[in-house]
Amino acid sequence: MKTVYMDHAAATPVPKQVIDAMLPYFDEHFGNPSTVYDMGSKVKHVIDEQRAKVAELIGAKAEEIVFTSSGAEANNLAVKGAALANRKKGNHIIISAIEHHSVLNSARFLERNDFEVTFLQVDEHGLVDPERLAHAIRPETILVSIMHANNEIGTIEPIPELSAICREREVIFHTDAVATVGNLPVDVNKLNVDLLSLSGPSLGAPKGIGALYFKRNLRLMPLIHGGIQESGRRAGTENVPAIVGLGTAAELAAEQLTHKVEKVQGLRNRLVQGVQDRIEQVIHTGHPVKRLPGHASFCIEAIEGESLIFMLSQKGIYANTGSACASKALKTSPVLVAIGIPPGFVQGSVVFTLSESNTVEEVDYVLEQLPLVVDRLRSLSPVWETRTAA
Amino acid sequence: MYSEKVMEHFSDPKNAGTIENADGVGEVGNPVCGDMMTFYIKVNDDRLTDVKFKTFGCVAAIAVSSMVSEMAKNKTLSEAKSITKKAVAEALDGLPKEKMHCSNLGAKALAEAIDDYERKRSGEPPPAPKPSKKKGAKRHVTCSHCQERNPITAKFCMSCGEKIGD
Repeated sequence: MKTVYMDHAAATPVPKQVIDAMLPYFDEHFGNPSTVYDMGSKVKHVIDEQRAKVAELIGAKAEEIVFTSSGAEANNLAVKGAALANRKKGNHIIISAIEHHSVLNSARFLERNDFEVTFLQVDEHGLVDPERLAHAIRPETILVSIMHANNEIGTIEPIPELSAICREREVIFHTDAVATVGNLPVDVNKLNVDLLSLSGPSLGAPKGIGALYFKRNLRLMPLIHGGIQESGRRAGTENVPAIVGLGTAAELAAEQLTHKVEKVQGLRNRLVQGVQDRIEQVIHTGHPVKRLPGHASFCIEAIEGESLIFMLSQKGIYANTGSACASKALKTSPVLVAIGIPPGFVQGSVVFTLSESNTVEEVDYVLEQLPLVVDRLRSLSPVWETRTAA
Repeated sequence: MYSEKVMEHFSDPKNAGTIENADGVGEVGNPVCGDMMTFYIKVNDDRLTDVKFKTFGCVAAIAVSSMVSEMAKNKTLSEAKSITKKAVAEALDGLPKEKMHCSNLGAKALAEAIDDYERKRSGEPPPAPKPSKKKGAKRHVTCSHCQERNPITAKFCMSCGEKIGD
């Protein structure tokens, strides 16, 4: 049976070039970068080279990058680190209602520690309204965090418009760009942000590495206290092989980005059109145009996402879902609720995230199998029966 | 995460479908919470001669429905009613902890179908629809400034940012 992997937002294979670049740093160059002798200082130098490569991918300066263990840690450091360091200026922060859990739960943590949090609602496409943001900012607002693109519905937020408002009101602006860096051109100057999180696995680096961009001179409270690695912003001996992996992946991503965007966009459009032509009662979630190039997300009426994902995987197709049953917490996706997906559709969520390794044949295979699987589940569904009888 | 037995029943569910002119019908859950099961039974001489189901839900919910229908077939009504969620889960070689409620749902839907049959036979009127549980009613609070529905735990409105309860 063929395998069609379309869950690149969850994990991506690490390219051979990246693995090869990493390998010497396990044994040949194993020195601790904090040591003063040449074995260590050479490795320290390598880390700084990688920092420059990551910075270049997003239009930043090398000294504005701090390596973290993941995108989630970068988000934690941005939200908690900036809020705690600027506590004297105010105690109010604003995030959107569709942020990733690492931003959402960081904000909830702050809420329990004497901060006030406003959760900004989004429209039916998942867009944050700049006017609404302007209205929510108060004198004591110190931080706004709004994601660059949402991983569940693919919508790209109008970051330059939102950050301009914050700039004018002297509020720190953070964006979680885990879903965009490596998938879209991202430039911190064009986005006009103070903080930006990215994750290694989104661009072909291994799991366990991420980075945070912070505008020079921005104050951040470290979350991991200890030595002065990462200029004192994150203690702990550096994960050198993974950092080399991220640097190498960033370099490759920069070279391949234009080609990748064009290719995955074509495949994605074919998939979206095909699904809408072949399946009745399906909602294409997120913004129809302002969305991630390789991202196709749907809510299908009267079926449940976890069943759908398992049945697709039996056909060799790997995708994802935001259904309540597939989450350990058994909660309906807050993102799908926020964009107002009707109850009969909200559990039937399916998300395909494509990469340049996918092919037209693979998309056509999904278009052939998905309607069969949907029919099968609908034939079992009392909800579909009631609906068609009505 | 699922046992082979669960995947077997999920991939090829036994007794899926409906029974026309069923002697009893039991329905539990709703699509909002993510699981809904309807069981149909045929009864002859105090025995379940046929059991069918329709299920909207996850892998566990579908496998549980299939297993419950198999376990109940040809049992007497009292035997069928004593099928417990534990017995269902064990017959499936276990379920992930967060999916145990699915096995409860299956046993409950079958029991409701039997109750429905017994009520019809004794000529009892069907029970009045239960008033909606408190759970659903108290989970939201309406913002007094913009009328947006907010989670009960919200201190500030998700829409306009004003303090809740002002």
